[in-house]
Amino acid sequence: MKRKTRRLWLVIACVVGLGSAAALTLSAFSSNIQLFMAPSQVKAQPPATDRTVRLGGMVVAGSVRRERHGETPVNIFDVTDGQAAVTVRFEGILPDLFREGQSVVAVGSMAPDGTFTASEVLAKHDETYMPKEVAEALQKSGKWDPKFGPPPNAASWNAMTSKDSKAAGQTR
Amino acid sequence: MNGRNLSATPTLTGRAGALFHRYANPGRFLRLGDRMQPWLTWPALVLTLVGLGWGLFFSPADWQQGDSVRIMYVHVPCAWLASSGYFALVVCSVLSLVWRHPLADLAAVEIGPVGACVTAVCLATGSLWGKPMWGTWWVWDARLTSVLVLFFLYLGHIALIRAFDDPQRGYRAAAILALAGGVDLPIIKFSVQWWNTLHQPDSITLTGAPTMSHSMLWPLAISTLGFTLGFAAIVVARLRAGVMESRIRALLSSPRRARDAATEQAA
Repeated sequence: MKRKTRRLWLVIACVVGLGSAAALTLSAFSSNIQLFMAPSQVKAQPPATDRTVRLGGMVVAGSVRRERHGETPVNIFDVTDGQAAVTVRFEGILPDLFREGQSVVAVGSMAPDGTFTASEVLAKHDETYMPKEVAEALQKSGKWDPKFGPPPNAASWNAMTSKDSKAAGQTR
Repeated sequence: MNGRNLSATPTLTGRAGALFHRYANPGRFLRLGDRMQPWLTWPALVLTLVGLGWGLFFSPADWQQGDSVRIMYVHVPCAWLASSGYFALVVCSVLSLVWRHPLADLAAVEIGPVGACVTAVCLATGSLWGKPMWGTWWVWDARLTSVLVLFFLYLGHIALIRAFDDPQRGYRAAAILALAGGVDLPIIKFSVQWWNTLHQPDSITLTGAPTMSHSMLWPLAISTLGFTLGFAAIVVARLRAGVMESRIRALLSSPRRARDAATEQAA
């Protein structure tokens, strides 16, 4: 075996070894790498009330209540993953992207009464990028209500121009 | 060890080696580089200006993000180049470790700083977008953390390849580091699928229709192409300078060779 060939196999062996070591480590720590827990996980195994956890899911349509206690705004809303819902209480200003039907990540802990007290709420943006006119046209034509989740199949709208969307808006 | 010797031995490494070694001759690379440079630089400038101009001023605002979506036209090309630049570094490392390719060593020296710069821009623009959209500058999710690790890998490579008095030892050590760090590339790519993250999944996939309006996709594609050619143009320019620098250094360090080169030039 020539020296170059030996070096090539040595490099391949190192890459395979290192790759499998990394893969095993990552799959072992997989649950720790998750950024957030889903509401059904929180319901099934409620974390201790003194533990800080992150709860992620979609804001349930019609569940948002905004109150003012003196100067601080208090927001109460439900977060769901489709299987279970957890009520979140958050004192403070919500990010701009927060709305019903949006995915959010709430950082905080479980209260003894089974609700979630958040110290921070982050809005999660999904992978859709849509001009305003197209979003309005889809909503007007009844194909999509952002309050109830993600938009329809991208192939049905990603080629729409603002001219198309105006026409779609008029012919509803 | 020159190309002719290698092509005479028809083994796998020999044949592949002959192909790789064709441009190991620095003189041959310089001639090719001189011809390539304008074909990289000018299209890069034009495409970047068209892509960014279209993206920043003429493409529509997003229905939720408003004008903040325009950060994407810089962030996505930089993120793509951060990963592909590192992939180029991994390829150079294999060429260096297995075939002792001299040009691959010089290329690894020059790719590092450019890659670190685009990774820094990717992290900074992502953070600027994250504050108004997510409500935080930074979150320790799998995507953001793995890109930060990539940034540190670049910095480590830059430092290590220049850390030895004997450049050959630096090339060897840095190649091993770059190769080991290659594990981070699939983690970056698939982090948004394997784990739940705050970072959104890919909008452009091989299997489905892009979940992005074509009015935003076109400027993004042009800008990405422009940035990529720009990256290549900067690396080739730095590499040409690097090859000339190493020639000059060789000439200065050996007076006899300098005399030979001078007579050769005169002849």
